[in-house]
Amino acid sequence: LSIAADSHCKYIHTNLKFFAMTILRFFFTLLSRWLVIAVGLVRAYLARGSYHGLYYSIEKPLNVCPLCHIPGIVPSSVVLTGFQVMSRVFLTWAVTHSVREVQSEDSVLLFVTAWTVTEIIRYSFYTFSLLNHLPYLIKWARYTFFIVLYPMGVTGELLTIYAALPYVQKTGLYSVTLPNKYNFSFDYYTFLILIMISYIPLFPQLYFHMIRQRKKVLGHVEDYSKVE
Amino acid sequence: MWHVEILDAKTKDKLCFLDKVRTFFFSSFIYNKFYVDVNPQWYPARQSIRLDPKGKSLKDEDVLQHLPVGTTATFYFRDLGAQISWVTVFLTEYTGPLVIYLMFYFRVPFIYAPKYDFTTSKHWVVHLACMCHSFHYVKRLLETLFVHRFSHGTMPLRNIFKNCTYYWGFAAWMAYYINHPLYTPPIYGEQQIRLALIIFLFCQIGNFSIHIALRNLRPPGSKTRKIPYPTKNPFTWIFLLVSCPNYTYELGSWLGFTVMTQCLPVAFFTLVGFIQMTVWAKGKHRSYLKEFRDYPPLRSPILPFIL
Repeated sequence: LSIAADSHCKYIHTNLKFFAMTILRFFFTLLSRWLVIAVGLVRAYLARGSYHGLYYSIEKPLNVCPLCHIPGIVPSSVVLTGFQVMSRVFLTWAVTHSVREVQSEDSVLLFVTAWTVTEIIRYSFYTFSLLNHLPYLIKWARYTFFIVLYPMGVTGELLTIYAALPYVQKTGLYSVTLPNKYNFSFDYYTFLILIMISYIPLFPQLYFHMIRQRKKVLGHVEDYSKVE
Repeated sequence: MWHVEILDAKTKDKLCFLDKVRTFFFSSFIYNKFYVDVNPQWYPARQSIRLDPKGKSLKDEDVLQHLPVGTTATFYFRDLGAQISWVTVFLTEYTGPLVIYLMFYFRVPFIYAPKYDFTTSKHWVVHLACMCHSFHYVKRLLETLFVHRFSHGTMPLRNIFKNCTYYWGFAAWMAYYINHPLYTPPIYGEQQIRLALIIFLFCQIGNFSIHIALRNLRPPGSKTRKIPYPTKNPFTWIFLLVSCPNYTYELGSWLGFTVMTQCLPVAFFTLVGFIQMTVWAKGKHRSYLKEFRDYPPLRSPILPFIL
């Protein structure tokens, strides 16, 4: 009977290991994608001598990445991650991709860089966590770099949307006017302005949540050292 | 005679100790005692007193003798937060759409371009839509005052802000397009409007019949729960197939209104309302099944056989 129980345990153990390894491989793939983007950014800059037209070289991997987040497997809140994914997808597809003229703006470089660095750190964090071998440096980086990267990313995003506004108004992009047979209208220009305004209540909440997380995660390590 | 102690459900602090409580008293005695002795801010509607910190509240009509407690009964208290009566919430959230829609219908200034102020639409379907929309909300107000029998007196205060935003916001959004100077009437013209009107009226009568049937299940002042069954009124025969036909008829009414106005915002409102009502219907259906062993098996929560 104990032999049966033993082999049963071994069976579950191997399956869990397999599952964990699959997730591990998945995170590693995502990590490498962001590294590719980072390398692509550097190479394109060196090749062209400027960072205009950079967007084209990284558009494909950038667009695929946000769609690969899987909530529930990682120890972050579904709501916050979902929110972040939505805003990333929106910025990439509905603003930068849709409004050509905006792609050579400096603000695009700003938020792409912020996202790239954040994600590289984040996926390294997940990958090493799963390996149970998390260097303190990565944990520290994950909960400290955001202090600069968040405002940097938000500034880039807001400036990009602001830059897109005149083109949206001129071309009436994604807008529907009356009269039409469904008696509906949508002004993308006003919508973008409302999105920009929504950053005012939302950004502080997310930022201070991260600061609280930081105190929680990094805080008690300092307490231990004080005790010693 | 008993001793009753009441602890805070979260902190387990002793809040109140009543001794010499008679066993044949109702729970409402405890609620009132708590209100008088402990904290006048915690009026009875705001209190939740239960046997278990995470359990259900004691109802006013529970008799102390029949509760599973010893000679010293321990109860747990939770503050439900500021409360507001259901009637107040309903009256406020239904009066809003009535008034707001009429403001758009009469084209009050600052909504549309100044040259349209106080003009009327040239399409007769717009007048019809206004009559239907107003009728619907007047019906709801009258039902709140004279028909509905509420099992809970109150709900949390913040609900009124949430609910009013929903009803008033959607009413304004729909009304803006239907009463717009550039409104386009339905493609299939009179036929479409007539069909939609028939569906709308049919469902309004149906919805009202269900409300009356539900009211008659419950004697005045009581909070008893019974299984609703079809009555002589043909509009109630839908009880054979559905647990919450009031929601079914409500969906039907708004579908009729959507087809009548051929307006996308109305379709959105119908969809969101449908989703919310389905959630409620499923919850109600589940509690019917839990409470009654002999609940008719053929019934679905909101859509016959489908949902």
